[in-house]
Amino acid sequence: MNTKLFDYVERHNFIYDLSGVTKFLCFMIAGAAVMFTYDIRVMVVVFVVSMIAFLLSQITFQQIRLMVIYVAIFMLMNILLTFLFHPQYGVEIYGTKHVIFSITERYTLTWEQLMYQGSKVMKYCSIIPLGMIFILATHPSEMASSMNRIGIPYKATYALALTLRYFPDVIRDYQDISVAQQARGLDMSKKERLSVRMKNILNICIPLIFTTLDRIELISNAMDLRGFGMRKKRTWYCAKKLNAKDYFALGVCLLLLALSIGMIVFVNHSRYYNPFL
Amino acid sequence: MDWKKCWKFGTKTIVATALGAALFLVLNMFVKVPTGIPETQIQTCYGICAFFAALFGPICGALIAFIGHALGDAISYGSVWWSWVIASGFAGLVYGFAYAKLNVDEGIFTGKDIVFFNVVQAIGNVIAWIVIAPVLDIVMYGEPTNLVFTQGVVAAICNIISAGVIGTLLLLIYSKTRSTKGSLKKED
Repeated sequence: MNTKLFDYVERHNFIYDLSGVTKFLCFMIAGAAVMFTYDIRVMVVVFVVSMIAFLLSQITFQQIRLMVIYVAIFMLMNILLTFLFHPQYGVEIYGTKHVIFSITERYTLTWEQLMYQGSKVMKYCSIIPLGMIFILATHPSEMASSMNRIGIPYKATYALALTLRYFPDVIRDYQDISVAQQARGLDMSKKERLSVRMKNILNICIPLIFTTLDRIELISNAMDLRGFGMRKKRTWYCAKKLNAKDYFALGVCLLLLALSIGMIVFVNHSRYYNPFL
Repeated sequence: MDWKKCWKFGTKTIVATALGAALFLVLNMFVKVPTGIPETQIQTCYGICAFFAALFGPICGALIAFIGHALGDAISYGSVWWSWVIASGFAGLVYGFAYAKLNVDEGIFTGKDIVFFNVVQAIGNVIAWIVIAPVLDIVMYGEPTNLVFTQGVVAAICNIISAGVIGTLLLLIYSKTRSTKGSLKKED
């Protein structure tokens, strides 16, 4: 089991030096830009920009290998399910029908369907590099301060900071308990019946939760003793000032958003780009 | 019903939210019960979320599910599926309304409470997965209708089972470990 999911590696380059606020906002803005549009041209532009950012960040393939596998599986399932449930959705959207080949009346592959599903794949792919940058190139302590800076209440962002802090600890507890219970003969695999497996999972969950509840008591007492939550505002140990680089990155993302909205409103007059008319 | 206590967000609730979300993440990633239907698993993390929500209230429940789900998505897929994350947060919020009537902390969790808790969590799951998640999927991502509603129904059933079985059992066990108010009697 890989416990180093958040392997933040200190580096110094254009992307790593950006403030956490910038990375978070860029991820959100670019995400909004591709969320609504179904124009493959816009998505390709976003993809290229986010790939350039990804290459600049010097994140190694080793760091994202697991993620890439997950994404690939998820994509394949989504493609298959969409075709299974809506083989003619593309025809519905684009209003024309160019048949490539047909298996049955319902399951006929058309260029429109390919266009629709291709756009969909592109839609997910285009934002992933930015997501990976946000997750891997932001210092965990900076995430909370950056979200607080854009107006999210600090008590909520502090919960996020604590989550990131205690995530590895909970994983370690889980592994210890799970290994100990398996050594006592607890079967978690598919060989057991479902009801037994549910019970076995509870045998791991219960000690895990009770350890966690003890820990909640401990941490909240420590925080209370240090006067947490007395004031309406707080300062952060990890907070960077925005500089020219940050404004440049934000500008690029805002341009992408403007491009996406502009294409919907002025060029395509809908969420879809229709090359078949 | 004590609605006021639902909206308190003190230090303990914040820490409970944080560690609950960490637990949610761990379980979301490692502990899933396969149901036999391909790609459909009963996610134990919603049981944990319901348990924490019943102990610490709706804000805690909503944030646990929201933070846990968003981080889980970001870590494993590199992007966040916002429509389902929002639905998760909503489900957590509704689970938390059970807190208004329950007093598990004082060791009270009767048969009536069990029914109440399960009705609340079932309502939350049905609204979140059969209404909010599919509708947001269509509005935000332009997903095809049949597909998202089918996924929603499956998710709702799985999460009702998870919250119902795991949540209820955990609450029962937890209430047994707490001493009830006035359980000590002076010896004659």
